[in-house]
Amino acid sequence: MPVDYNELKKDRDAEWREELRKKVSAKDRSSQERIKMPERPPQVRNKDFFEVPEGFSEEQAVVEASRCLDCPTPTCISGCPVNINIPGFIKEIERREFLQAAKVLKRTNALPAVCGRVCPQESQCESKCIYNRMKKRPVAIGALERFSADYERKTGNISIPELAKNNNIKVAIVGSGPAGLTVAGEMAKLGYDVTVFEALHEFGGVLVYGIPEFRLPKEIVRTEINSLERMGVKMVKNFIVGRTSTFEELKNQGYRAFFIASGAGLPTFMKIPGENLINIYSSNEYLTRVNLMKAFRFPEYDTPIVKGKNVAVIGGGNTAMDSVRTAKRLGAERAMIVYRRSESEMPARIEEIHHAKEEGIEFLNLNNPLEYIGDANGRVKQMKVQKMGLGEPDESGRRRPQPIPGSEYLIDVDTVVVGIGTSPNPLIPAALPQLEVTKWKTVVVNEKTMQTSIPEMFAGGDIVRGGATVILAMGDGKIAAENMHLFIQENK
Amino acid sequence: MYKILEKEVLSENVVKLILDNPVIAKSRKAGQFVIVKIGEKGERIPLTIADADPKNGTITLIVQKVGVSSHKLCTMNPGDLVTDLVGPLGKATEIEKVGTVIAAGGGVGIAPLYPIAKAFKEAGNRLIVVLAARNKDLIILEKEMRVFADEIVVMTDDGSYGKKGLVTAGMEEVINREKVDLAVTIGPAIMMKFVALLTQKYNIHTIASLNTIMVDGTGMCGACRISVGGQTKFVCVDGPEFDAHKVDFDEMLKRLNAYKQDEEAAYKQYLESLN
Repeated sequence: MPVDYNELKKDRDAEWREELRKKVSAKDRSSQERIKMPERPPQVRNKDFFEVPEGFSEEQAVVEASRCLDCPTPTCISGCPVNINIPGFIKEIERREFLQAAKVLKRTNALPAVCGRVCPQESQCESKCIYNRMKKRPVAIGALERFSADYERKTGNISIPELAKNNNIKVAIVGSGPAGLTVAGEMAKLGYDVTVFEALHEFGGVLVYGIPEFRLPKEIVRTEINSLERMGVKMVKNFIVGRTSTFEELKNQGYRAFFIASGAGLPTFMKIPGENLINIYSSNEYLTRVNLMKAFRFPEYDTPIVKGKNVAVIGGGNTAMDSVRTAKRLGAERAMIVYRRSESEMPARIEEIHHAKEEGIEFLNLNNPLEYIGDANGRVKQMKVQKMGLGEPDESGRRRPQPIPGSEYLIDVDTVVVGIGTSPNPLIPAALPQLEVTKWKTVVVNEKTMQTSIPEMFAGGDIVRGGATVILAMGDGKIAAENMHLFIQENK
Repeated sequence: MYKILEKEVLSENVVKLILDNPVIAKSRKAGQFVIVKIGEKGERIPLTIADADPKNGTITLIVQKVGVSSHKLCTMNPGDLVTDLVGPLGKATEIEKVGTVIAAGGGVGIAPLYPIAKAFKEAGNRLIVVLAARNKDLIILEKEMRVFADEIVVMTDDGSYGKKGLVTAGMEEVINREKVDLAVTIGPAIMMKFVALLTQKYNIHTIASLNTIMVDGTGMCGACRISVGGQTKFVCVDGPEFDAHKVDFDEMLKRLNAYKQDEEAAYKQYLESLN
């Protein structure tokens, strides 16, 4: 999304901003060290599901906010998929207008408490901070975003954005994950009559079934959804669009446009021998049992889970990190990452890898599973892995892992979690044969508008990208909402 | 929340529930299932839709007490509310006119077999239904099936009703007597395994509807995966019906036992808590 610098300049030229800039010299601002968010001790937190970082105190937030130089051309914003006015909210923190900071965030981001926690800021906004060029550590934008949103939530003074007059035009959002919630918020602001349909029994999509409580407390997701409801968005659970009712039936009920954000689907397995043995889970299943179904509290909750002693998690992404840290919290003595490349090729956020290591996770990098071996009851008891070396870069630009002949060995495991990715959810394409999809079954869209091959249908998030981040899904949502609005206005 | 409108006790451990859900009543097709969850702490369990009445907006579920969740559902009464109910899920049965169809159901598997058998009859097939259970009390829906079936064969393990013997004995008698073009089977996995072995011997194409462990039921978690012809398939979206001759029933039987010990212990604890 292009950044509107003129709009930003107006905000920056406000009198109070100028005064604030003058109050402390740039030299003093830049000599202040970046403040580290306090975290719960690894050996305490790896036994429970409470959140790991504790958030900034007011004083810490103000000091960190004072590091921001309030640049005339804030490059950080170009690194944000939803173009948050970053200096705008940070300067509100510096002058202690914390609620106002939250309002600035909410102008462009419907889920700041979520993004402040799960966005890969180190590769987005923070990577574009001017400090990087000065060989200094960037402003802790993510931590400040989280602070503002949490402050607002704790005061109970939760603001909702200004809404245009209701235009009584119905739009349907399919899926209540980050992409769907973003479109819901944007369309509600524009005055539409918005309904969000969710297949599961709770709203939030990957935010509730996928991302663990220790990274994103579910109370936060509920608060964000509550704000949408206050904005007039109707939330319908236990409803699978295309199944419970067809698209045609919904059109007949007056829905003029649809946003398809049905998310990740079937887990990918490696297709190696023994993968269907008992106690071999996909990350989706493992995390859903724990996060959505609260299986870690079985039998108080009815859904069981195997609490393994020797758990191997296959993969090197954020989902794999979430799974292995969950295994540790369920009581694993050995919780291992088994990854075929080396740490520098891992797609997981550095912070997650770091947290995992602190919590006692073992990393078996450059190891590739070949086969699982079961006991008489069909439960996995061992896995055969092969050591890998790194060759020339492959099409992803990362060095290609190559098997080292004769290096196979066995590891004792009683639980395995396969976290190597997912394919898009198959239900929607199956319900819409005329919808154009790629050979990977992702929905084809015009990237500039997020419009699909069916004009009144837009799509975004994992159903389009195959597997990405919360913030990229939200970025899709912003673009889709803007263009859905245009589409409806042009086809009145 | 979804209201239970009617309840009928079919046998000691099996009840029939009629639930209010006009959208699913209208959209469901034979062979599809729903996911049900009872209470905030409940688990998501798949149940095949036994019947639906689009005019009155109701669906029928037939449930057997086997653990905590099914026990809770079976002890609910008209007027009670089911917390979550979503569907219809899974592919519908492909109903064609093929000639003569044997529909073989065992125990509570007779319930999901009912709409499929009815649909095959309505498509113009000759329909022979084989119902099997441990004893007379566990034979369900016989009267309902008689309304449309050309013939009904009842088999009980103890001989307390119909003929004494397994479902396969009843089927084999029919197969030896007349040409059978298709078999459809639903019941315990072990029963379906032996039905598949029998029909394979006679080269009769056979469809089995599988009820595996599921979590979301919408094609996301992979808990329901099985091997069909050497390939991994997902029962919730690729099924629930598969070519019975290609299903690896031994693997499925093992996977069904994944949580058996824990669940039996939890069930015992739950029953004690009721007293």
